[in-house]
Parts: sequence; C-alpha cells; structure tokens
Amino acid sequence: MTQTRKVTHNKLLGIPLPAGHTGVDLIISALRIIIVALIVIGASSTLLEGRFTFEQWLALLFAGLAQGSIYALIALGYTLVYGILRMINFAHGDVFMAGAFTTVFLAKSLQQSGFLDSQPLLAILILMGFAALVSMTVAVLLERIAYRPLRNAPRLVPLITAIGASFFLQYTFRGLFGSGFKAYPTVAFLRGTIAVGSINIPVAQIFVFLSAIVLMLCLYWLVERTRIGKAMRSVSEDKEVATLMGVNVDLIIVFTFAIGGALAGAAGVINGFFRPQGVNFFMGFFPGIKAFTAAVLGGIGNIPGAMLGGMFLGVIETIGPNLVLNGLGIPSANQLKDVIAFTMLVLVLIFRPQGILGERLSVEKA
Amino acid sequence: MKKVAFLLFAILLTFAVGAHADGHCSDEIGCVVLAPDDPVTIGVMSALSGPVAFLGEDSVGGVEIALNRRGGLALGREIELITEDSLCSAEGGQTAAQKIASDEQILGVVGTSCSGAAASALPVISAAGMLMISPSNTSPALTNADMDAGGLWQPGYYRTAHNDEFQGAMAAEYALNELGAASAATIHDGDPYTDGLQAVMARTFGEMGGDVVFQGAVNKGDTDMTAILTEIATNPPDVLYFPIFEPEGNFVAAQSLNVPGLEDTILMGADGLLVASFPEATGEAAIGMYLSGPYLSSEDYSAFLAEWDEEFGGAPPSGFHAHAYDAANILLNAIESVAVEQEDGSIVIGRQALRDAVSATEGYAGLTGVLTCNETGDCATGEALGMYLITEAEVTEGNWPPDVIWSKAEAAMDDM
Repeated sequence: MTQTRKVTHNKLLGIPLPAGHTGVDLIISALRIIIVALIVIGASSTLLEGRFTFEQWLALLFAGLAQGSIYALIALGYTLVYGILRMINFAHGDVFMAGAFTTVFLAKSLQQSGFLDSQPLLAILILMGFAALVSMTVAVLLERIAYRPLRNAPRLVPLITAIGASFFLQYTFRGLFGSGFKAYPTVAFLRGTIAVGSINIPVAQIFVFLSAIVLMLCLYWLVERTRIGKAMRSVSEDKEVATLMGVNVDLIIVFTFAIGGALAGAAGVINGFFRPQGVNFFMGFFPGIKAFTAAVLGGIGNIPGAMLGGMFLGVIETIGPNLVLNGLGIPSANQLKDVIAFTMLVLVLIFRPQGILGERLSVEKA
Repeated sequence: MKKVAFLLFAILLTFAVGAHADGHCSDEIGCVVLAPDDPVTIGVMSALSGPVAFLGEDSVGGVEIALNRRGGLALGREIELITEDSLCSAEGGQTAAQKIASDEQILGVVGTSCSGAAASALPVISAAGMLMISPSNTSPALTNADMDAGGLWQPGYYRTAHNDEFQGAMAAEYALNELGAASAATIHDGDPYTDGLQAVMARTFGEMGGDVVFQGAVNKGDTDMTAILTEIATNPPDVLYFPIFEPEGNFVAAQSLNVPGLEDTILMGADGLLVASFPEATGEAAIGMYLSGPYLSSEDYSAFLAEWDEEFGGAPPSGFHAHAYDAANILLNAIESVAVEQEDGSIVIGRQALRDAVSATEGYAGLTGVLTCNETGDCATGEALGMYLITEAEVTEGNWPPDVIWSKAEAAMDDM
C-alpha cells in the first residue's frame, strides 16, 4: 500500500513540521517522552526515599509473577481464538468463571471426604481436569450457538454477541449457584513458604507460576509440534486455502475453543488455590479484561506473547503503584494500579504497536 | 389585576376539583385509594443483579419473611410486593424509582441497597409523595437535610440501617480505648460507603489522640492486595481498619498473613464483612479479627435465622436482612395505623399521614434493636451496634454469628 504525503501540509499549531513528520507523530513522540519521564522520576524518587526494603520489592515481584500467571493462562484463550478467527471472545473471562465456580463445590466435597488433605496433588489434578471439562463444554457450546452462525458476519457482530454471551453466562451461573461468595478450601502444603535468601516465598505463588509455565509449554508443543497444531496454524493463515488442503476448518475452530476453554478452566482451579476467596458469578469479568490486555500487550495471536504479557501486567500491577505513583506523590496509589497497568499498555503500544512479541499483521490478516 | 384574579380562581378551581375527585382524601400530598378487592401494594428496590446482588437477595428475603409472618396480609388484604432492580448505581436507582413512582397504588418502598442508588431514587420517590425505608443505606449524606453541606435528605426518606457516623466512630473508640491501639491504617474500596466509614474512623481516631499512619484504597474487583499491604507494612500500624466487602475484604485479610511486618497488626472490619461466608472463606487469617455491626443476638433473631434456613436454605448472604425485616414491618405498621376504611369497603391512605406515621416511630422493638426515627429519617440509634470477634469456632466449625464482645449500649451502662 503506498501513500503519498504532501509534506507542505503538515503543520502543528501553524508551525510547519520537518519533512516526513505529521502532527500525530509529534504528539506521540511527546507522549513517549512524558510517560517515560514520569516513570523514571517516580521510580527514582521512591527508590531514593528508601521506604521499601529490597526484600519487600522481591516479595512484590513474586506476587506479581503469580498474579500474572493467572492472567497469562486466561490470555492464552483470547490469543488462540484471535489467532484463528480474528475475533475477540469477550465471554472468555466467563468461561474461566464457569470452571472455577462449578469446581468449588467438588473441591469442598473432596475436602470434606479428606481426600484433598491425604492426596493433595492428585486431588488438585482431578479438580483441574473437572474444571477444564466444564469450561471446555461451555466454550464449545458458546462457539456452536453464539459464534458459528455469525462467522461470516461483519467483525463487530460477533464482538457484540460475545459481550451478550458474557452476560448470559454470568447470570446463568448466578441462577445455578446463587449470588453469594464461595471459597476454595486451602491445602496445607500450599500454605507454607520457601526461604530463598532473605525472603520467604509462599508456596502457592510458586505453584501458580510453575503450573502456568507447564500448561503453556504443553500448549506450545501442541500448536507447534503436532498435526492438529499444524492444522490450527494453517487455518490461522488462510481459512480458504486450509479448506482446499483438506483441513476441516469447523473442527479446528471447535478444537481451538475447546483448548482455550480447558486452559481457562484449569486456570480457574489454579486461581482457586492461589486466591481461594471471592468465587462468584462475577469473578471472570476483571480477570477477563486484564487477560485481554495481557494478550494485546504480548502481541495478540502469539502464545509466548500472551504468557509474557500476562506476567508483565501482573508485575506492573503489584510493583507499579508503589514504585512509580508513590514516588510522584499521588495519594491512594494502589487504587490507581489499573491506571499504571493501562498506561504501560499504552506505552508498549506506542513503541511497539504489534505488542511485545507480536508480528506485524499483514493487511490480509488484520 | 384581572390576571391575578383569574389565576387565583384557576388555582381554587383546581383544588376544588382535586378534592372532589379524591372523595374522602384530605391529605395534602394525596391519597392511595384501595378499592374493595385491591391488594395492599408495597415496593422493594434492591440490587438484584450485578456484583452486589447478594445484598438485594438478603434484603428481599428479609422483607419476604416479614410478609410471611403476617400471613401475607395487611389490613386484611393480600400484600402485593413489587420488586425492582435498583442495581448499586445512580442509574439503577433512577430507573427503579421511576418504575415505582409510575404505579400509584404503591404505598411505600423498602430500599435501596446502596447509598449511591438512593441518592438518585430519593428525589423521584419524594416527588411522587411516596416514602422509602432503606435497610442498608448508611451514607451520612442521605439523612442530612443541609443541602449546602452535601446533604441529600428529602421528605419521605427513612432508614433502618445505622448511619456511618455511628459505626466509624465506634470502631475508632474501640480500637483506642479497648484495644489500646496507638496507630491505625485504613483501606477503602472507592465506594462512598466504605470511604465514608474509613473517613469517620480516621477522623475520630485522630481526634481522640491516635495516629493515623495510612489511608489508602483498593479497587472493587482486585484480587491481589500484596502491593497495598506491603506499603502499609513499611510502617506497621497497631490496627488495620478496612470496612469493605466480600471478596476484597477476604483478600486483604487472607493476604495480610503473607506480608512480613503485619504480624502484630490487629485487623478490623465493618458490617460489610459481617457475613457467614466471610470467616469460612478467609480461613485462619480471620481468627482474631474484629468486626463492627448491628447487635443481633436476641432470641428473636435466632428464630428469624431458623425461618430463613427453612424458607431459603442456609444463612442470609449479607448483614442487612434484619434491617429489611424491620423496614417492612415499620412500613406495614404505619400503613395499618393510618388506613381509613370507607363505607363502600374501600380504604383510603393519606400519603402525608403515612410519612408522619413512619416519622413518629418511637421505641419500636425490632430485630435490629430499638428503633426511633428522627426528623430526617434516621431510625437506627447507633446504640444497637456491637463489636464481634471472629474466633476459631466461626472459621472451622461454621458457627454464626460470632459473639458480641463489646457494645456501645453495654459500655454506656457500665459507665453509669
């Protein structure tokens, strides 16, 4: 695509700009400088003040990585579906909720029977499997009922449908399980801490982080090394050509939703053992938004990108308010942690519009 | 001059016609006339959907039990309950109030759940000549008639919930005098309710000679509280007061265990966390935590809980069901006291008379204590508040409610 620019017309406040620059370029450059300057000033003044110890920063870092792992697992579902369909499945946060909310009852009964305490790892695996199954079913039904009939509709139509589906899922589960808050039981081995140097890292944080890495590696292997993964990639490249090559596109799309759903369900249980409280029908909304942000941050459509985006977002959320906003003297800094997170999103996107690991989308894909 | 005379005549005519149309109504803001087979209609405006839907569920349950105990009857007629979803927002309150106001048979409303919804619902309800009794609005502004000072009160507003001024001050007093705390930190979640409560607590704590070392906030929907807790841990307070709700309150309490520096900090919450699911969900972190809330320990309340379990199963999802029960009863009692039966079997209820009857509530022994309404609609006196201590029994054995270890009323008695 070629574009001819009339350089002489580029003016900002009546001042002619150098050749090749538009007013927008200049504003974006200014924005980059301002944001980076604010971050540097805030961070350095906090560090100079020395209110937080090194151990506290490390503890925040690990907490952020663990929280980010949850975002990352949900973000994988966004990224998979986007990669294949170029569609943002806004109901994905509620697919996560479906698995987490349904499994809380099984988790309770496993605890009451004593199985959870005698065989914690096996019990957690069973719970993850169950939640994955529930979320997978919900995701596949969602695709079949809400998205497939609209596959060839303009792009905004499935997006709006997804938002509708999100509400539908929330209130269906509210009807099923009520509006009260439930909590996962706690497991003894997850309550402990491991001493690393001078700080104690909660085992739960390590558990979340490792589970997320393992699941992501499995997914990466599936997509990059297996036959069905190859088919997924081919559908992602070009649906029509993939059909001509004998790929069953409908099946691949269902499979993608199923995998994304299963990951979300597993994430629901992992989240349940990491942050046991607050299980209710609305619990998928905010993690869903954060995970979507993480997917965009990492480069939507890219699996390691989603993982990296999630971790990055988690760490920024926990460290950002204390490091940057406190240093700038902003009161109630923690309430503004989303501001920090989304400012980071803006920052990453003005430097790298395609996301951290994203590829530049060709015209055809975008 | 001619014009003025004409205008006067027109006004007189309107009055005359109005009086004629209303038949036996002599009430200055109008009457509700119930034909011989009309039901007695009252409304409920609650948060029935959205993240705090449990608050609405809790209140509606309280109202339904109040109705059940009357056999579903008032003035010998069926009670019809119109339920509107007022969400927990200004828009929700506005919409619900307009729906309620458009039904002229509705005598009064129990609601809203949230103070934010009440602020926009009240002008509509007030202008329609109706009245609303909220079971869970606690914002001081709603019963403050001084508009210049941010007051939102309008005629027709009442509440059985306790004003934040009482609860916040009690928390500060308890922390300083009974727990011997010298420093305090507070966390709110951006909601006017929690912000107001922590502001009153911090102000009172400071005025009484305590040191408020941190006032911060989290967001609704946050799950990770490490950042704010670590910030608080840089200068650990004796008491951490977070009058917020589930699930954020659970996260703050549970995660405070993992933050070095907060080992000796006493956790304190308010009635938002005084719910059966809180200790069980929070686990060991909740043991030793203090919660302020309505002093509900009477035998009547136990009977109420048993009835709830029978009717809906389990325990009420939040802490304002008894307030809703009292609100419904005050409303229905007032309706019964001002209703005038006509010869043709219809019943006339004057709207101003109804308001006056609710305003005149004095010494009413409700589930939430003794209620006396003041001129701006505060019916809870604040004496019916107590401090609860969460112990092992609530966390592991499902005991609920916890024991009240201190109450303002009893402390006042001891001083005498």
